[in-house]
Amino acid sequence: MSGVLSSSIGRKVAMAASAFFLMFFLLQHFAINLTSIFSADAFNELSHFMGTNPAVQFGLQPILIFGVVFHFVMGFVLEVKNKSARNIKYVKNNGAANSTWVSRNMIYSGLAILAFIVLHFIDFWFPEINHKYINVLPEDPTRYYGELVHKFQSPIRTGAYVAAFAFLALHLLHGFKSAFQSSGMSAKRAAKLETVSKIYAIGIPVGFIVIALFHHFNQH
Amino acid sequence: MDMNLKLKIWRQSGANDEGKMVDYSLADVSPDMSFLEMLDVLNEQILNEGGEPVAFDHDCREGICGMCSLYINGEAHGPDRGITTCQLHMRKFKDGDTIYIEPFRAKAFPVIKDLVVDRTAFDRIQHQGGFISVNTSGNTQDANSLPISKHAADEAMDAATCIGCGACVATCKNSSAMLFVGAKVSQYALLPQGQVEASDRVKNMVAQMDLEGFGNCTNTGACEVECPKGISLDNIARMNREFFKANI
Repeated sequence: MSGVLSSSIGRKVAMAASAFFLMFFLLQHFAINLTSIFSADAFNELSHFMGTNPAVQFGLQPILIFGVVFHFVMGFVLEVKNKSARNIKYVKNNGAANSTWVSRNMIYSGLAILAFIVLHFIDFWFPEINHKYINVLPEDPTRYYGELVHKFQSPIRTGAYVAAFAFLALHLLHGFKSAFQSSGMSAKRAAKLETVSKIYAIGIPVGFIVIALFHHFNQH
Repeated sequence: MDMNLKLKIWRQSGANDEGKMVDYSLADVSPDMSFLEMLDVLNEQILNEGGEPVAFDHDCREGICGMCSLYINGEAHGPDRGITTCQLHMRKFKDGDTIYIEPFRAKAFPVIKDLVVDRTAFDRIQHQGGFISVNTSGNTQDANSLPISKHAADEAMDAATCIGCGACVATCKNSSAMLFVGAKVSQYALLPQGQVEASDRVKNMVAQMDLEGFGNCTNTGACEVECPKGISLDNIARMNREFFKANI
């Protein structure tokens, strides 16, 4: 296996592998957040479990952070390498004639998602780390729902979240299928995933948008 | 009806010289001309005016050799599908059109002069494994004695139709050569004759592809659309599978 990750194909498959992991994570994050619409207790219970379970906190959480960082770093490395593969640009280039806008602009949708992750960490992750491991405050298993609803009071923050999820949809519209193709799935089989791909790529971000707007307009 | 055209053409005296787009006007262009015939007419006009004709690659002029290139109005081999530049006809354009003509752009395809680029990077990739080693000393096995399914034979033949023109590299936003290398790897991976050297072939060809400075495939699918021979993205997926099989 030596040298595989330094090869173009190895890097491409590594991008796909981290994408699969992040898409699975996104699905479970969405499932937990969705409960906040129906039951504050269920959301609190699940959040308390995820926030205090040692296997999640010290096993899965570092893997997730590694996955996120790896996907972004590798994405930038490949972007720089790809840009340098054409040292003189075309005077006239008609990219729309042969490919979709989303497929050609993954770096920009990715950068928007990165900016959102920074905001999301400031909003939720850093306060959590502060609460649990720095200030070591007593755990209140019912605090999570209130914290979530409070965050969506601000129309600016809610708008930023909605915009970020729109970029996430654009990223996934190409990324979902692309990950399968990079893993060696034939184009014919990948084409059969078209419907699943669109359901995931649009459904998950729209679901997150609905959750954000629901809490923004249902302040107690 | 004959057309009057405005042409914007990349002119560059040599590999190490600065290039720029130069404007030309060409009158009375027949819609029945091929695109290269139109350039022949332009060159006659330039020669009559005492100028240096535009250098461009061509050979068979029937879509087989893969020699012609050109990035026309922002697309490799121009606006038509499933053809090379030599098969493009002027009836695809209208009177008064402005046509941008540029060389295929990639760091691995440096410009030699005007619209002529050096595509020997493809040859060097081929040298790393785009072949099978067969004993030709007189006791060569009859190819027909090896049973091959119709499906595999068809797919291998489809991959083998790649003429190595480089339109995939030219059109890819990353200048990736993976459609070309994928086709060359697939052509043999699908046949029993290709199995003996399969592992070395894919590893060495991919290593050479990376060494030449081509970019990475991001599955935009632009190469498949612009390929004059309709080489499928399936070949890239197959190359990925072959690469991992060879490395595990």
